[in-house]
Amino acid sequence: METPQEIVTIASSDLLAKVQEQKDAGHRLVQICATTLEQLELSYSFMGKEGITHLRLLLPRDQPSLPSITDIYFGAFAYENEMHDLFGIDIRDIRVDYKGKFYKISEPAPFNAGCLIPTRKQPS
Amino acid sequence: MSNRTIIPFGPQHPVLPEPIHLDLVVEDERVIEAIPSFGFIHRGLERLVEKKDFQEFTFVAERVCGICSFIHGMGYCQAVERVMGITLPPRADYLRTFWAELSRIHSHLLWMGLVADAFGFENLFMNSWRIRENILDIVEETTGGRVIFGAAKIGGTRRDVTNDKLKEIGRTLKTIEAELHAITDVFEQDYSVQQRLRGIGILSREDAFDLGAVGPTLRGSGEPMDARCEGYAAYRDIEVEPIVESDCDSYARCMVRIREIYQSFDIIRQVLCRMPDGETEIKVKGYPNGEHFARLEQPRGEVLYYVKGNGTKHLDRFRVRTPTFANIPPLLKMLQGCDLPDVPVIVLTIDPCISCAER
Amino acid sequence: MSMFKRSPWMVHYDGASCNGCDIEVLACLTPRYDVERFGVINTGNPKHADVLLITGYINEQSQPVVRQIYQQMPDPKVVIAIGICATSGGIFSECYNTKGGVDSTIPVDVYVPGCAARPESIIDGVVKGLAVLETKRAAWRIERKKRNRVFRLPFFKPKASPP
Repeated sequence: METPQEIVTIASSDLLAKVQEQKDAGHRLVQICATTLEQLELSYSFMGKEGITHLRLLLPRDQPSLPSITDIYFGAFAYENEMHDLFGIDIRDIRVDYKGKFYKISEPAPFNAGCLIPTRKQPS
Repeated sequence: MSNRTIIPFGPQHPVLPEPIHLDLVVEDERVIEAIPSFGFIHRGLERLVEKKDFQEFTFVAERVCGICSFIHGMGYCQAVERVMGITLPPRADYLRTFWAELSRIHSHLLWMGLVADAFGFENLFMNSWRIRENILDIVEETTGGRVIFGAAKIGGTRRDVTNDKLKEIGRTLKTIEAELHAITDVFEQDYSVQQRLRGIGILSREDAFDLGAVGPTLRGSGEPMDARCEGYAAYRDIEVEPIVESDCDSYARCMVRIREIYQSFDIIRQVLCRMPDGETEIKVKGYPNGEHFARLEQPRGEVLYYVKGNGTKHLDRFRVRTPTFANIPPLLKMLQGCDLPDVPVIVLTIDPCISCAER
Repeated sequence: MSMFKRSPWMVHYDGASCNGCDIEVLACLTPRYDVERFGVINTGNPKHADVLLITGYINEQSQPVVRQIYQQMPDPKVVIAIGICATSGGIFSECYNTKGGVDSTIPVDVYVPGCAARPESIIDGVVKGLAVLETKRAAWRIERKKRNRVFRLPFFKPKASPP
């Protein structure tokens, strides 16, 4: 039986409260993912018995910043360090903070600064 | 008075086939904390979507990792197919399941060999890999590749297998399964194997769930979660019962994998019995526009593919959350409080695939 | 078979590959392919090794590690690049983190193409590498003789001719 999926758009200021709700409901953190568009689009995915919820929030591409959720889900530290290194998102108060030494890439934030935005085809 | 030291482990280390670096904080012989560092294999292949079009990208997706390559290709195709609204012909779904299960068997046998090597049982290592070669022979006969299959494509499979060949493979698999019992009996009964694995690397059920463990690491701690129950590909017709062990130690994770090998043989038998006739691919028209998260089960656990298309031939984003990446926080938990000589065995019990994790 | 006089020991390092070539290198050691019949032994210690097998391309972080392993190996030594990534970067050559093939960092003697390189071709590459090793050894001996450094045990006296 395929697990139903649902994308919920939230404001970036509500992040911690919404994540805490997921934790209280006993859900598992599946992944955190960012996408570079005109803005950065972040998805926090949680899975429970009733389905997968993706919390979706938008951040500006210039100097993005977010609080860390590692106090709620400790396992998130790997995803958050990855987002810091690849997208240049400044994530505050990570429990295990590598301070940009997670991947040690030759160029900073390759997915954000150097990323081309593909030309969007208008649906006709 | 205790003596605190930091011991670097890796990246070039005799038991590690892949480079990962751990800083082990030890007090005498006991590990207090482990701090991993990454980036030796970081390729940044997710950004290749800018350069390769969505059909070519199947090849890149297969090379996320060479051990579970087929399922990576299949998962990427499945995500794109869902975005484009393509329904596969049933034979393609069954062939994909057939190859996915073969790659699960080969990956688990490879792991059995590596863990045997890690605790110094050379004979078991050689024998596991000897049997694995027979599985690779079947893969080579049907796809042409040994570790990178190149068999999945958007809209179906690249190759078909004749029904006579499938019957023959069914017979070969029976003999392989009989041979396999000789090795798994050693894992089940041998004193030295038990000595090295029992009670080592404890991960409680609560910790496993909280830290986001997946696959055999989670199931070895007694949590029944198997993404094959989603019913993708041919699993919609074939019932998969998650295999669970409740001992929470390295031995439980080992037993989960061994029982999964037999389960995979069983699934392949069902696939071969029910293999429908017909086309193996359909024509793909247009470009993907939309997004989808596809959830599949790899040999190492649950994997998530995210595809976002924008109506052009280049995707906006491809992301893969690999099982090893999710299993790193649980690994750090397991390493706390273990003995220094047990570190290689515990690292191997999560079946680390570093090139998956770093992409 | 004069070139198999020695028993070369190899050390394997994964530069930044997808694992496909690594497991094929390991498969070479197992009963089906069994490179030990050529006297090849896989060792974990670069100071024991004559042959360095590298899979995968080189990136910023693996570069110093590869260079260090190469420097730790005693002379004469042979480097074999396994797989197309180690040769040129392969499918990942356009990635932002790629430096290029192994030859961007250390000199390579034998290239084994393929994605993933098959065990047969890896063995073929190792045997070709042994021939290179033999020529290198000969050249190295002449070099050593030129410098007149003959190593002898201090109290070694050749026996008188047998009666």
